[in-house]
Amino acid sequence: MKEIPGDLKFMKSHEWARVEDDGTVTIGISDHAQGLLGDLVYVELPNVGDTLEVGAGCAVVESVKAASDVYAPVSGEVIKVNSALADSPETINEDAYGDGWIVVVKPSNLQEDMDNLLDPDAYAEQVDSEDE
Amino acid sequence: MSQQTVLNATHRALGAKMVDFGGWDMPISYGSQIEEHHAVRRDAGMFDVSHMTVVDLRGARTREFLRHLVANSVDKLKVAGKALYTCMLNAEGGVIDDLIVYYLDEEYFRLVVNAATRDKDLAWISAQAQAYGVSVTERPELAMIAVQGPNARAKVQSLLSPETAAKAAKIGKFVACEGDGLFIARTGYTGEDGYEIVVPQEQAVELWNRLQAAGVVPAGLGARDTLRLEAGMNLYGQDMDESVSPYEAALGWTVALDEGRDFIGRAVLEQQKAQGAPRQLVGVVMDDKGVLRHGQRVTSANGDGEILSGTFSPTLGKSIAFVRIPAGEPGQLQVDIRGKLVPLRVVKFPFVRDGKPCDGI
Repeated sequence: MKEIPGDLKFMKSHEWARVEDDGTVTIGISDHAQGLLGDLVYVELPNVGDTLEVGAGCAVVESVKAASDVYAPVSGEVIKVNSALADSPETINEDAYGDGWIVVVKPSNLQEDMDNLLDPDAYAEQVDSEDE
Repeated sequence: MSQQTVLNATHRALGAKMVDFGGWDMPISYGSQIEEHHAVRRDAGMFDVSHMTVVDLRGARTREFLRHLVANSVDKLKVAGKALYTCMLNAEGGVIDDLIVYYLDEEYFRLVVNAATRDKDLAWISAQAQAYGVSVTERPELAMIAVQGPNARAKVQSLLSPETAAKAAKIGKFVACEGDGLFIARTGYTGEDGYEIVVPQEQAVELWNRLQAAGVVPAGLGARDTLRLEAGMNLYGQDMDESVSPYEAALGWTVALDEGRDFIGRAVLEQQKAQGAPRQLVGVVMDDKGVLRHGQRVTSANGDGEILSGTFSPTLGKSIAFVRIPAGEPGQLQVDIRGKLVPLRVVKFPFVRDGKPCDGI
């Protein structure tokens, strides 16, 4: 498995969130999640301006095998979506923590939402126990 | 505890992701299932299909028995080695399984049936065979490897003895030959040319490794599913089962209503042929983005239906599916994807043949 960047925090359901220098939050799915899904063929994105609520569905990723909801790790307003994924959803397979990001939000309850997420070690531990 | 084929450790050593399929622990992919799909369409790929059940039928009245057992006519099988695709029906005309019958000699026919239906198939066939004095023998000691793709036959032939290679090169589509201890059939489930090779278990790993060394790419059940749906081929349990007649599964072409042959289920099929079956299977393409999946609701002019087999087609770059809807002119079909109705285009299938999209797709 790929090394997990230390500045990410995770939901149990495999989404990651990263607080950027400007206070926005970038959201994606983990490398482990893309591995479980297999080749991605379609990503349904929210619209810029949509309001996300923590724990609610904010995007859908579909592989040949399955469709999976992506849940928002933080509440906030969508300020950017990765529209390149429309033509090349496989970017998530190739670079889940980088070019495969899904949305950027302006968070509305940052501190509390981030505190509820798992740090990389705790997430890695969860993934390991799933594999057993 | 799921069953394992003799190639199980080989799959794991290749890093395959394993899943349960009809009670068998099988590789779904070894890496990217889309890459495996393209390898079969463009060059050559191989599948472990040892989970499928080989059943040998022997006895003087075997042909007569098969005339009664299956909906296609084994009287089309005149030359040794010739194969026939057919449905095996219950008395209500529902499909118990789809299978291939090979004619080997007048007292010896071979069936290859699905893994998931093994137990009920064997029970049904054995019960029907009694009256004909036909022996029914499963051959679990045989493994099976399907080698498929435009370069598949040449790659297989390069590994055979000169005599067997010559035989294998000569056989036409849907014909089998024997040699080097192998049963080599020019059949498949991908829409590409190639062979399905029945091999004694103890030789299977070596054959697999030699094929891989010859450049044949290991492919999993994931690629097998996208390939067969592009090729317009049904999957038992998804596209038809015991509640569905061949006419409702677009398998009318496999039904032979030849005169005087009293096969199981015939009365119901005659009736459906005369009056029309209540439901139909059509092929669809979705030009919008998204993926069609089994169980999604489909609206038509005559009422709702559902997606049977549905997938993303790697060759076409869009989603394709089989849909079962009420009989009659369907009008504009729409599929319900997460509450949104998306238009579908009804098309003739196969969707892809010999590596290329078919006309109108």
